[in-house]
Amino acid sequence: MKQPEEIFEYLKNEFGEDQLSFESGDIGQPWILVPAALIRNVSKFLRDDSELRFNTLMCLSGVHYEKEEELGVAYHLHSTELKHTIALKVRVPIDEPNVPSVESIWKTADWHEREAWDLLGVKFDEHPNLKRILLPDDWEGHPLRKDYVQQEFYQGITTGE
Amino acid sequence: MGMLDMKYRDSNIIVVSLEKALNWARKNSLWYEQFGLACCAIEMMATAASRYDFDRFGIIPRSSPRQADVMIVAGTVTLKMASRIERLYEQMSEPRYVISMGSCSNCGGPYWEHGYHVLKGVDKVVPVDVYVPGCPPRPEALLEGFLKLQEKITGETIIEKKETEKKSDTA
Repeated sequence: MKQPEEIFEYLKNEFGEDQLSFESGDIGQPWILVPAALIRNVSKFLRDDSELRFNTLMCLSGVHYEKEEELGVAYHLHSTELKHTIALKVRVPIDEPNVPSVESIWKTADWHEREAWDLLGVKFDEHPNLKRILLPDDWEGHPLRKDYVQQEFYQGITTGE
Repeated sequence: MGMLDMKYRDSNIIVVSLEKALNWARKNSLWYEQFGLACCAIEMMATAASRYDFDRFGIIPRSSPRQADVMIVAGTVTLKMASRIERLYEQMSEPRYVISMGSCSNCGGPYWEHGYHVLKGVDKVVPVDVYVPGCPPRPEALLEGFLKLQEKITGETIIEKKETEKKSDTA
């Protein structure tokens, strides 16, 4: 079992000093900020390394940072073998919100990534089936974005009062 | 001794207007289209179960809209579901009735302002006969909704169209 700080040190040795950064946060658990290009390599390493063994993706969620004009993805990982937990975050600019998919590493990510695409518009590259999961296919926009404007009509039915 | 069963032994005759006979039959066999959309469906199931027992009013669930007389819209109508509800309603044969159960299907309920995915009232897609308020309504409330519908059916005439039918013609 490792503490988040130890996991970060361990990852730093593998991926280099300047790629990852450790954020302790004001409240809640700390996280590791990972560049989007590296997320799949880091995930695979976290899953397969004998001292880490993160075999469970507990949650994958999308975030809209309105002021920074960025989208984010948060990964909450847990190892059922070694009983430790870590959170990863990825941030990408909103006009080019491409994040590599981790569906090939944890199958749980399939629907979670579809949800993040549906509600926030994060594009997961190389996801096998990236289409809307909750809203109908012909819906316009991504409703959980903070600047979302609801369409007035859906298939001729008014969406307002 | 004048025995009643002897007196009426041969075929009986009841004189009643056709309208009254039809309405009497209709109001006492309200078969409802069985589908639930949200938490209201749980109350609907409770109303159908032994304690409240819909069946004593002749109200029984049907699994096909073709066999149903009344549709209970029990729960939140999402925009994704709205067109399906419209189709189910169109598949029912006339005379058909709609009971809107609970705040969500009456007017959008708790989703009235920020629920981007919720239809603000099922009456935007199908004509509604009885609105049952509540979140969710208790089984007694739904039962009263049915009694109100029975009252409404009692007053119907076969010459004139139903109010809701007129509405759907103009729409």
